[in-house]
Parts: sequence; structure tokens; C-alpha cells
Amino acid sequence: MSEPWEDEPEGPVRKFMYVNRRAPYGTIYALESLEVVLIAAAFEQDVSLVFMDDGVYQIKKGQKTEGIGVKNFSPTYRALEGYDVEKLYVEKESLESRGMTTDDLVVPVQVFDKDQLAALMEEQEVILSF
Amino acid sequence: MKLSILVNEGPYQHQSADSAIQFTKAALEKGHEIFRVFFYHDGVNNGTRFAVPPQDDRNITDQWTKLAEEYKLDLVVCIAAAQRRGILDENEAKRQGKDGNNIAPGFRISGLGQLIEAGIQSERLVIFGD
Repeated sequence: MSEPWEDEPEGPVRKFMYVNRRAPYGTIYALESLEVVLIAAAFEQDVSLVFMDDGVYQIKKGQKTEGIGVKNFSPTYRALEGYDVEKLYVEKESLESRGMTTDDLVVPVQVFDKDQLAALMEEQEVILSF
Repeated sequence: MKLSILVNEGPYQHQSADSAIQFTKAALEKGHEIFRVFFYHDGVNNGTRFAVPPQDDRNITDQWTKLAEEYKLDLVVCIAAAQRRGILDENEAKRQGKDGNNIAPGFRISGLGQLIEAGIQSERLVIFGD
């Protein structure tokens, strides 16, 4: 039996962008952003995910969280492909200023500089920033 | 214009709840339609009727309740975020085996799908929070 909140609404496909700006731990924004993305996937909208600022750490390889007693939820990003969430972007400047490359990330991404990202944001209809 | 509102921060700690109320009220008074107000992250704490702020201060939850009564607003608290933070309605309290509930009049608890639906159905989703 489906719960009432699981019913999918009728409506047009819109361009949704989720912008992840914060470190994965320290606050709950990154985890609860991922929860939105997973639920939203069922609505078959045109979804893009952006990782910028400290948000690039959300998809960094080798997260070990035992020391802080918090669940490591980074493997969940690898499941996004199975939900047809395949448009993942990382801001070039954020990645480089943290000494990282795409080899450090748990998922394949497209690297866009800030001007390219700005243009992509311009195309969106709904932007949720976490 | 058809608008929806997303409130991402808790009351009193952060100004975003006050700003969201003031914006919602102003939009309604100008004749705009508010399709839904959705509460996420610590924003779910806007929906507890157990908060007792000092008498010479504003009561943010009461302000929402009154606005909802006057304009038949749909105030939706995210169920996943609410469960983490102890915001329960009668049904959820029963389901989770808790000895009471604290949802304020005018609010209802539902899923993240309601946020995505608001993004699809509204011309603008206006977000309050960091």
C-alpha cells in the first residue's frame, strides 16, 4: 500500500537543480539534500546536481566517519545513477582550490567553471541550494 | 503569481522563519496565490505547538497558524526531517509508539514529494534559509 505522500503528482517536466555547497559532516544539510534528491528522482523531472564550495567534499573518496560517530553516507551518491540522476557537475574552482581532481571523487562528474555553471543555472526552473 | 515557500531554518535561532512569514503575508495581501509552504531541515520546528516564547516576544508558530486560518494555507512539515527532530502528529505518534504529539493547528506532516510537487506546480519556489 502506498502512503499518500508517495503519490506522484501530474504535471510538466521541469528543470530542477540541487546545489550542494556544504561539507558532508558538521551540519545535516548535505544528508538531507541527498534525501530530497532520492525522493525527487521518482518524479521524473530533469535533474542536475552541482557540488561547489565545501560541497565537493560530499563526494570525496575515502570518507571514514567512525571517529565522529556519524554514518558515512557517501556510498549513496554512487546509487544515484540507478535513479536516473546522471547530470552531476562540480565547480572547477572549488575542486582546484581544495587540491582535488576528479580522481578523488566517488562518482563520475562533469567539471564546469563558474561561468559555465552560471549559464547552466540560468536555464533552470527550480534551484534548491543546500 | 502562484508561489510556494520553503523554510529551511528553525524559528528564533534564525531570521528566516520571520522573513518567510512576512513575505508570505505580503504576497497574499498583494493577491498572489501561495500553493504551499514546506518546512524542511530545522524548519520543521516552526510546527510545534509546544514552544512557549516569552510573552513580550512574537510567537512564530501562532503567526503561521493564524495566517493558515485566514488564507487557508497548506503548511506542510517534512516527515523525514520531523521524525529526526521529534515533531509528531497524532497518526505519527501512534505509528512510532510515542506518548504524545506536538504538531500545531494548521500544519500537517507529509513527505518530500510535496516539496517537489510545489516546485512543479508553482511559478516560483521562494526559499528562506542559509
